[in-house]
Amino acid sequence: MDHFKVENLSISFGGLKAVNDISFSVEKNTIFSIIGPNGSGKTTIFNMISGIYQPNHGSIVFNGENLVGLTPDRIARRGVARTFQNIELFGNASVMDNLMLGRHLHMKTGIFKGAFMWGRGSSAAREEIANRELVEGIIDFLDLQSVRNTFVGSLPYGKRKLVELGRALALEPQVLLLDEPSAGMNTEEKEDLNIWIKDIQADYKVTILLIEHDMKMIMGISDRILAVNQGQKIVEGTAAVVQSHPEVIKAYLGEES
Amino acid sequence: MDMKREYYEDVQLFKSGVVLFWSAALLLGLFTFPLYAPNYYIYLLNVIMVHVILAVGLNILVGSTGQISLGHAGFFAIGAYGTAMLMSTFHIPFVAAIIIAAFVAAFFGFILGLPALRLEGPYLAIASLGFGLTIMHIIGAMKIFGGRMGLKTPVLDLGIPQLGLSLPVTNDLQKYYLILIIAVIMVVGAVNILKTRVGRSFVAIRDSDIAAEVIGVNLTIYKTLAFAVSAFYAGIAGGLFGFILGFFDPFTFNMILSIMFLVMVVVGGLGTVSGSIMGATLITYLQYDLFKNIAEVPYFGKFMLYISDKWFTTVGLENFSSMAIGLIMIGIIIFEPLGMFGIWIRFKKYWMTWPF
Repeated sequence: MDHFKVENLSISFGGLKAVNDISFSVEKNTIFSIIGPNGSGKTTIFNMISGIYQPNHGSIVFNGENLVGLTPDRIARRGVARTFQNIELFGNASVMDNLMLGRHLHMKTGIFKGAFMWGRGSSAAREEIANRELVEGIIDFLDLQSVRNTFVGSLPYGKRKLVELGRALALEPQVLLLDEPSAGMNTEEKEDLNIWIKDIQADYKVTILLIEHDMKMIMGISDRILAVNQGQKIVEGTAAVVQSHPEVIKAYLGEES
Repeated sequence: MDMKREYYEDVQLFKSGVVLFWSAALLLGLFTFPLYAPNYYIYLLNVIMVHVILAVGLNILVGSTGQISLGHAGFFAIGAYGTAMLMSTFHIPFVAAIIIAAFVAAFFGFILGLPALRLEGPYLAIASLGFGLTIMHIIGAMKIFGGRMGLKTPVLDLGIPQLGLSLPVTNDLQKYYLILIIAVIMVVGAVNILKTRVGRSFVAIRDSDIAAEVIGVNLTIYKTLAFAVSAFYAGIAGGLFGFILGFFDPFTFNMILSIMFLVMVVVGGLGTVSGSIMGATLITYLQYDLFKNIAEVPYFGKFMLYISDKWFTTVGLENFSSMAIGLIMIGIIIFEPLGMFGIWIRFKKYWMTWPF
């Protein structure tokens, strides 16, 4: 049984076929990258996987279960977490609260237990403390200690990207979708991120789907790469195969005339 | 100063000794207040505390979850009528009656929350406004609720009179302590809710509903839950308010009241519990005390009375009250969008960093 498999996925907006009949499958605990020029449908694929868009047809099978038709929160419950290209954080909450929100699915405190949180012995307080310790691990891992209690809205772009990555990690997902994690980062931050993604794969035992424009990074860390152009699959394979494929070169560099 | 040694300090009720001290001082002040205050002010404080309960609940909806409601007088009415009817018609003891009535209000909140899943901003405001007016007119049209003639509240009895355990609460002073205790419980409850999982989910929905969904927050559940919680607070407040008045009719819970509640929350500061308390206190005081007595202010009072008699409707100084509160609201939105809470934060910063 395949761990994560997308079959014949298609969606169109009006007359535009944004994603047309794309299939791929991802092995457990590998890094799978999707590349392609702007507007080629990479983010649309992610949006369909996480349930924000409903595909016109096709299936997304994860651990033997079809994710198509489920609401985003149910898909998150199945173990799929993601980040966004344009950062969707909770701007008026602190970094800590943002990461704690990532723990939402793993916590149980309801409205009544929460309202009657009294003293450190109460179940609500114990759960808060346990999860805060866990989140602290992520803060340590991503080097966010200095901004722990800062409001996310006032952070620089690169840090916000990291907070979003941290929030996705707090879900303890089995599949992590990263949508251009290095966009807007400088060279140094990119190198750190490179190492972190490797570490996440190793330490958290997650399968990573990655959209990225930084070819150096992609070629270095991906186990397999899918190249798309205008909603169509061009080629899927290892870095060497994709790099030398004439269609990919054409899509990125244009044709020699 | 801000050093934390363990995670419990992030979630505990009193963040520091200073907060604990001032909270205790405030509570002590409130508990001893009747010793040196005239009776009228006890009545006023009763009304203020009821409005505090409601504003705290409304702020969970408007401030934290980012959904507007102009129909909270409806929930307020459900609480008041529900409690009084359950006690007089079904002979249910007060404590059970007010809780049942609040749950009924919460259920109606859930119902109003359903269209709110698809409505936003002004559209939701109109839908909730319609809800508030509908409740007012339905109650007014039904004989069992006393119709337009209104309803007289039964004797407020904390015990169970059927079993001979009678503990009547009759005068304003006794009501004061009852309301104070309930208000403290409700406020602490709101503080805790906003600090734990459910409150964080509310804030998440306000800031980015797509991201909230993707991390696993069920929008349907949490949006309607915010309405239900808010309506529950309004129900409790309404149940108590009925007993302060002793007699009320459907038009006690009119549209202007809903708008006043929203003004309290906005003037106090959106999304904060302390802001709701400050806003409810200020607006209620202005409305019930200061503006009522504006005519006694030399020259200015006469002048306002003259203008109001000359150009406005016949209600007299009520006109002035509405205008003044409208001006306060406009001023707050322009100059201090965080409301009184924002003013407090700035004052605190200034104080802490003085003289720089």
